[in-house]
Amino acid sequence: MVLAMVVCANVGDLLLKRGMSTIGAVQFTASGLGHAFGLTVANPIIWLGIFFLLGFMICYMTVLSWADYSYVMPAGAFGYALLTLLAVIFLHESVSPRRWVGVVLICIGVMLVGQTKPRTTEVAAPQKAVA
Amino acid sequence: MATFLLLALFLCTTTGGEIAMTYGMKATGEPERLRPKQVLKFLGRAVCNGWFWVGIPLMAISFYLLLILLSWQPISFVIPASALSNVVGTLGAKYILKEEVNAARWAGVVLVCIGATLVSLDNIPLR
Repeated sequence: MVLAMVVCANVGDLLLKRGMSTIGAVQFTASGLGHAFGLTVANPIIWLGIFFLLGFMICYMTVLSWADYSYVMPAGAFGYALLTLLAVIFLHESVSPRRWVGVVLICIGVMLVGQTKPRTTEVAAPQKAVA
Repeated sequence: MATFLLLALFLCTTTGGEIAMTYGMKATGEPERLRPKQVLKFLGRAVCNGWFWVGIPLMAISFYLLLILLSWQPISFVIPASALSNVVGTLGAKYILKEEVNAARWAGVVLVCIGATLVSLDNIPLR
């Protein structure tokens, strides 16, 4: 579930970044914001990104129903490491030492967090429908 | 100055939104099984929770603030600055959600924060 969350979030973010870069700098005035909002809504890449982020949201909500927020949040950063590995394996990209150091730090960090108890708060009555 | 105000607002709305969401999901209770039907039922219950509707607008605002930040400032500033949300979020989890954040978890969060920054800064021409 965390893996699905990470994949959806990364794909969604990449699409958004691509979409926003076609829109350009946003002016922080009422008309500038309105104009940017209009362009954002009309951009199909942004919508595809939002679709993936919706998938992320569903995974995220489900995971948060049982695990700690401080446990799920760092695990999400594992996506950076995953993206780097995929880029090396499938795209044969060359990766700089700085990036490898980052990947190693993330992996150690996620392992450290992974060793802690996923849930430290009390368990709410599970599976009971809330009206 | 406006950038830092926007950044502070971004960090507050991100953490506030995610904490409200966690609160709502914990109150909803986990799905019986990870089958589509049960997950849909869970989502149905979740959207009836008030905290969900506190979290969503905050997350939407934080998302839009991030887009504005990205269009104002080089990504080499925005990414490390927004990685701070990990630290702010962990503080929120500890003091608001009363989660037990031990030394191992803190160390993990800080490493992830630095690592994410290093990875994100790669291949970006620094101005």
